Amino acid sequence: MLLLNCPYCKLSCEETEFQAGGQAHLKRQSVGSSDQEFESYLFARKNPKGVHFERWQHVNGCGKWFHIARSTVTLEIFGSYSAQTLSPPKQIRVNINKKLPEWRWENSK
Amino acid sequence: MKRYSSFAIVREAFRNHSGWKKAWESPIPKRKYDVVIVGAGGHGLATAYYLGKNHGITNVAVLEKGWLGGGNTGRNTTIIRSNYLQDPSAAIYEKSRSLYENLSQDLNYNLMFSPRGVMMLAQTEHEVRGYKRTAMANALQGVSTEYINPEKVKDLCPIINLSGPRYPVLGALWQARGGTARHDAVAWGYARKCSDMGMHILQQKEVTSIISKNGKIGGVTTTDGDILCDKLCIVVAGHSGALAEMGGFRLPLESVALQALVSEPIKPVMDVVVMANTVHGYMSQSDKGEMVIGGGADGYNNYTQRGSFHHIEETVRSLVETFPMISRLKMLRQWGGIVDMTGDRSPIISKTPLENCFINCGWGTGGFKAIPGSGWATAEMVATGEAGPLASPFSLNRFKEGRFIDESVAAGVAH
Repeated sequence: MLLLNCPYCKLSCEETEFQAGGQAHLKRQSVGSSDQEFESYLFARKNPKGVHFERWQHVNGCGKWFHIARSTVTLEIFGSYSAQTLSPPKQIRVNINKKLPEWRWENSK
Repeated sequence: MKRYSSFAIVREAFRNHSGWKKAWESPIPKRKYDVVIVGAGGHGLATAYYLGKNHGITNVAVLEKGWLGGGNTGRNTTIIRSNYLQDPSAAIYEKSRSLYENLSQDLNYNLMFSPRGVMMLAQTEHEVRGYKRTAMANALQGVSTEYINPEKVKDLCPIINLSGPRYPVLGALWQARGGTARHDAVAWGYARKCSDMGMHILQQKEVTSIISKNGKIGGVTTTDGDILCDKLCIVVAGHSGALAEMGGFRLPLESVALQALVSEPIKPVMDVVVMANTVHGYMSQSDKGEMVIGGGADGYNNYTQRGSFHHIEETVRSLVETFPMISRLKMLRQWGGIVDMTGDRSPIISKTPLENCFINCGWGTGGFKAIPGSGWATAEMVATGEAGPLASPFSLNRFKEGRFIDESVAAGVAH
């Protein structure tokens, strides 16, 4: 059972209060985008064995979307943050590097 | 290879069972093979077997990072059915189901295939309409299924509670020729035949990188050194993403944990497979008497082979609603497997951006039933270089072309 922090409610709750929404920081494609870009946006996923940035919704709480960084191998959560960001905030990256010094953020397409 | 037979059992009984040979060899790897298959699960071994049997290619190595059949092949709930809605799915799953029917004879290995019948309960009006539609689609596809009423459901499986506290049973999609098989035996049977054909099954050899030159496959680097090949086929289910990254391409996949559990063994109570997709649970009884139970997959990416406890709770809760008599059953074991889910819940059998590198993945929560058909279609693709009629609808291009094989609604949870 994951314990997630909702950055809006400032509460630590069990995962049953939340709903996972897949990979975060995808660049949205629209009119004028190529087929390749649309395919990448809609379907191609990083699916890492390691640190994963993902969207969650506090569906049985405030209803808002936010992001978390989580290891898909150990299920450790490195922190949650606002969805209104293009990349993970510094604090999250520091938390990850404390455990995984090799890890570096690279912008996902 | 010595054939298994009743005569062999009698013969061995007279000499203290000293004559049984190893089912497969553990040879020293060669430097180069015609075809290297990564992943010695059911799909990988079936691909190797049909490469040899149908196409005469036996200079093949099957690499496995763990032990043979230790991934999802040994972790599923062994259900075999082919009652899919879309034509390409029905074709490959029905091919697979029909191969299962005499696979024990073909492999000379008892797979304990038991076509006991698979029933998918309709518990909402939507499901009733959906399953009636599937039954009609199946009739057009030549797959024998029928939509049955609640009385027939009760007749086939008396322990079902038709009136259900939340969702009454309104009918079911019934495939009489569906059933179960012994999952480990499928991997072992294929491995034994592959080894007999001179193929190398190399366990505990993890692939750490893919060797390519000018966009063409050269081989793989393993934890025990390089192995070169003309053609590479990646059949690693949940870890396909990691292998694709080594090859420098991305896949439309996400890996999640799917759980299953078994109860203590009890006397025979049900002789069919029942899937209740609305309440997320399915159950059958093994020959040992254990109730084999599966449920929904986790909603988030996961490589832990465990899964969330609350999913088990939901599965068991819904099954107690459907089968009240199991409410006192103790559960013996619970485990998880990593399944690779595509956007349309259909598999990928395809060429990749790397020349002579092929991939078979994306079977998600329903790969076991497809093992023989998938191996058949993948072997054809690897041998000829082009996907045949069974495999071609499942190419990677379908995501770019918007040509989905949408089974996510048709198949529900227990895909």
